[in-house]
Amino acid sequence: MTELERHSYDVIVIGAGGAGLRAAIEARENGKRVAIICKSLFGKAHTVMAEGGIAAAMGNVNSNDNWQVHFRDTMRGGKFLNSWRMAELHAKEAPQRVWELETYGALFDRTKDGKISQRNFGGHEYPRLAHVGDRSGLELIRTLQQKIVSLQQEDFRASGDYESHIRVFSELTITRLLTNEGHMAGAFGYHRETGDLVLFQSPAVVLATGGIGKTFKVTSGSWEYTGDGHALAMRAGATTVNMEFIQFHPTGMVWPPSVKGILVTESVRGDGGILTNSEGKRFMFDYIPDVFKEKYATTPEEGDRWYTDPDNNRRPPELLPRDEVARAINSEVKAGRGTPHGGVFLDVSSRLPADVIRKKLPSMYHQFKELADVDITAEPMEVGPTCHYVMGGVEVEPDTEETRLPGLFAAGEVAGGLHGSNRLGGNSLSDLLVFGRRAGLGASEYVDRVGGAAPAVTDEMIAEAEAEALAPFGVEGGENPYTIHSELQETMNDLVGIIRTESEMQEALAKIEGYKERIRSVGVQGGRAFNPGWHLALDLKNMLLVAEAVAKAALERQESRGGHTRDDYPAMSPEWRQVNLICRSTGDAVELTRQPLSPMRGDLLDLFEVSELSKYLTESELPKGEH
Amino acid sequence: MGYSAKFKVWRGDDEGGALEDFDVDVNEGEVVLDIVHRLQATQAPDLAVRWNCKAGKCGSCSAEVNGKPRLMCMTRMSTFDPAETITITPMRTFPVIRDLVTDVSYNYTKARMVPAFAPPADLEPGDYRMAQVDVERSQEFRKCIECFLCNNTCHAVRDHEDNKDGFSGPRFLMRIAELDMHPLDTVDRRDVAVEDHGLGYCNITKCCTEVCPEHIHITDNALIPLKERVADKKYDPLFSVSSLFRKATGRDKAPETPKG
Repeated sequence: MTELERHSYDVIVIGAGGAGLRAAIEARENGKRVAIICKSLFGKAHTVMAEGGIAAAMGNVNSNDNWQVHFRDTMRGGKFLNSWRMAELHAKEAPQRVWELETYGALFDRTKDGKISQRNFGGHEYPRLAHVGDRSGLELIRTLQQKIVSLQQEDFRASGDYESHIRVFSELTITRLLTNEGHMAGAFGYHRETGDLVLFQSPAVVLATGGIGKTFKVTSGSWEYTGDGHALAMRAGATTVNMEFIQFHPTGMVWPPSVKGILVTESVRGDGGILTNSEGKRFMFDYIPDVFKEKYATTPEEGDRWYTDPDNNRRPPELLPRDEVARAINSEVKAGRGTPHGGVFLDVSSRLPADVIRKKLPSMYHQFKELADVDITAEPMEVGPTCHYVMGGVEVEPDTEETRLPGLFAAGEVAGGLHGSNRLGGNSLSDLLVFGRRAGLGASEYVDRVGGAAPAVTDEMIAEAEAEALAPFGVEGGENPYTIHSELQETMNDLVGIIRTESEMQEALAKIEGYKERIRSVGVQGGRAFNPGWHLALDLKNMLLVAEAVAKAALERQESRGGHTRDDYPAMSPEWRQVNLICRSTGDAVELTRQPLSPMRGDLLDLFEVSELSKYLTESELPKGEH
Repeated sequence: MGYSAKFKVWRGDDEGGALEDFDVDVNEGEVVLDIVHRLQATQAPDLAVRWNCKAGKCGSCSAEVNGKPRLMCMTRMSTFDPAETITITPMRTFPVIRDLVTDVSYNYTKARMVPAFAPPADLEPGDYRMAQVDVERSQEFRKCIECFLCNNTCHAVRDHEDNKDGFSGPRFLMRIAELDMHPLDTVDRRDVAVEDHGLGYCNITKCCTEVCPEHIHITDNALIPLKERVADKKYDPLFSVSSLFRKATGRDKAPETPKG
């Protein structure tokens, strides 16, 4: 038996997408020694797939934009279930976070006067998304990656060691967080390449592990999206909030089958693309909900005029928030007006010249050409909803991103609150930057407060973690983890998907209980070096815990709001808006409790008309007096 | 529409290995990576492969398909004859870890040797002004998804292990060109390009450009202009004077060179 590999750091950041890297930069700028743990190679995290851009009210394209407008849009998009404090911080700080990226070397597309260009997106009142064509996520992650490298170069000049303050651990998966008397003490995991186990001791851990997409069958998420952070946090004693809210992005590819679910950026619609059904009708005009009636065009003519004259026309309903568009597409397909492959048409070919399409949407052009033999400059795309994002997540304190477990922080998709019941496009990349930075800062301040040393990790804790990680090797002829995974994905897609009912969710929970039994007897073939079967067997435990939290919360919430649509409770309820659903792990099950939302601060409430608030809030919550 | 295809997949580790034969189902519209995943799910659960996005955006699933460096997620099965045996091997230039997974740390080491972006010290965040036409040159190179297929293909290291020390490959020479063309960068990396990154090893055979899944014109737009700038500096007797002038104005950039 070889000696266990051990490391000690001030801050461990689990996850190397936008939030994790920004957190690591902040912790290092605050003098902390930081370990960055990536499940894949450095620079490959899921952030790379974001296409549209970073929402920030810089006002470069329309000077009427400011943080108050962005705040309002975010709250409306989330149907007022958002953590209003997070939405406020996000709207205020996003511009600084984008400008900072330019100091790291980012090269955004420009306006005519040389500023960062901004594009229109669903739910955003003004052009707001800083972008680079349709590969904005790649620019974001590469920029942060290169900033980390530049900090390592600074450290090298100072100490002769590139890794004196930041070390990147690639292809390393964390299987368990370690706590001592209710405080963060470290993390335990394995190197994917060798299968060697490794212990990190640290008083502070930042979770930045992203989402849970791989729990669903049709998803825009990669293999990494197995809900690791959600599960690690719950098992260690932290909580999640509102896990029922899952965003189904309205436009995923639907054909060929092997690419089903891959994202088609909302920029296609932001730049003029329209949705039509098999009868050639622009159907979104039939799906403008009451709460948005005054904000959207009622005729195609008005919608088309908006692109060139936004001050005197209302935006087309193709740019409604994502939950509305996804439900509309779902309804059209169900009503028999879908395309041959079960989607609807998204057409930009009749709207923009071919060279403009190739320039503005290069990776969409490339993706359809190479994967589907479709030339989007000449013919429409076929698209349909795909599981894209989880609005719910680990419950955090809005200013510091600390969870209920002292020393554990969370930022980015793994954290809950900012987006309420539905996230606006573009608000994810800004979320990563604003709250990644705040989590890095929160963790640094925490380390200063507790005096730097991590609580002890006992041999017993290590032995338990080892046994857990290696358990699948001890099962002779056990069940194949791939089989259970694919059954779980079908269950979640079919029974806890875009439209939900009580009986189906009960059925899903019963099936999840069955998978929980079966997972005990999952076995793996082969050795410990880079063994995907073993990796999946461990990831599957996280997915099951997350799936149970999603299904239980979805069953509990008896209303329809944002990314949670109940066939049996189709209306949005002001009473339910006052409720957050909190999940904890009891060891072998998920326990759910209700928790009241904190009332919005008066000056933020004053940013809205009472007539609008009355669509969301109960009578007693409405501000009294003149507005 | 489906058929059974014949595959040979290299399996092994740093101590050796061999091609293993598989018969596997193929459905309409699938790519090579789908087939590898089907092998994992049905026949070889421990078959090691890297992948993430499955959409040509992350650059993880690089390998050699019938000897050609490719992203497996962007290689459609319909490009092969159903009767053809398809052979998948790991990238040849980098040491094998297991099966199709190689040790690409060479690339991360080289990345750390490129002097970082350095804006003018007095330029505040939010005050950056650049014209679209000026950022586009570097933007082309920033499309790079770091699949490392170019470095895998470049014969200067593919066939010459001992060149790895002195040569960073097209990926990182292009990174130097990218920074060099950044409108607000203040560092001169021409000496570094030659001395630390081995620009001279490149003899512009354009193999890198051919395998780039992002279709970046690596040779024409990055490597040749970089070579021209280096040559300008080396052979221009006025260089030292103009260099002082550029430093003084905070615009330490080489003269414009036309795109290739």
